[in-house]
Amino acid sequence: MSEAAEHHDDHSPGRYVKIWVILLVLLAVSIIGPTLGIKWLTLITAFGIALVKAGMVCAYFMHLNIELKYIWYLLLATLLLLLVLFTGFAPDVMKPSGQRWVSTYVEPTEEEIAVHHPEEGNEGDRIEAAPH
Amino acid sequence: MAFQVPVATSRSSTGIPTSRLAVWWVLASEIVIFGGLLMSYLLFRLLHTSWGYEAAHTNPYAGGFNTFVLLTSSLFVVLAHQAAEVGDTKRSFRYIWYTIAGGGVFMLVKAYEYTSEIMHGYTMLKSVFWSFYYTATGLHGFHVLCGMVIMGIIAQDVKKGKNLHRVEAIGIYWHFVDVVWIFLFPLLYIAK
Repeated sequence: MSEAAEHHDDHSPGRYVKIWVILLVLLAVSIIGPTLGIKWLTLITAFGIALVKAGMVCAYFMHLNIELKYIWYLLLATLLLLLVLFTGFAPDVMKPSGQRWVSTYVEPTEEEIAVHHPEEGNEGDRIEAAPH
Repeated sequence: MAFQVPVATSRSSTGIPTSRLAVWWVLASEIVIFGGLLMSYLLFRLLHTSWGYEAAHTNPYAGGFNTFVLLTSSLFVVLAHQAAEVGDTKRSFRYIWYTIAGGGVFMLVKAYEYTSEIMHGYTMLKSVFWSFYYTATGLHGFHVLCGMVIMGIIAQDVKKGKNLHRVEAIGIYWHFVDVVWIFLFPLLYIAK
């Protein structure tokens, strides 16, 4: 197949429809997987598949697979900034205390959560907005 | 005076058409905005297991349906781009409007969700989880709305056979909006 014919085939509507069908199958898996209630399976089906779906949209719909490397470097630089943000914030957010501070936040117990989140359909037990 | 093509639309020092390059730069800043928000959410979510009980009150079926709608609208906009590339302006125009309709359906479902959640007392001020939920989905919804408006403007040009390169530019933006939702969906609707 000539280069021109290959390029034309890459952008044919049929190819985009095929990718869309794969994305829908992945969406179905990402919804069904977590309903089984297995933690590791939820992580893989919900978040792992989200990464695959996002990758496919970027590669084939946004055409990053054929985009110049300049754009890749641009996007990778922003992702690096996010990593810096995460690692910069994580120690403060995840630790209960620091040099001159102590977190006063107390994680609610299951009983307290049950009070704040009555079973669906129990309209009379709705609580008022209470920020914590 | 003879008509001159603006320099910004004709030069290409990087080898990438200027409009496409501009969209990539916009998206680079958007990655930091949405990424920062989601990173912060992730940090809090990992720390506070009780947020899972809050997330249990989001509607995964509505979220899943909206993911389907956005993926489908992404298909439409890439087909609009493909049609514009081969000079089929009528088909491109039609697909752009299908995409706008997809955005409209997304916003309607989101409005239904918001109404239902607010009526059950889950407002933005109820807890930090709901503050994140409304901020992230609201900001995302605003981007969907902006995309719809811009596409409506571009569609008018496409109808006249003008500025067809803009279809690709708005397409890249729309796919990004789709990608953001792909991450928002499991974070806010699936992880309980």
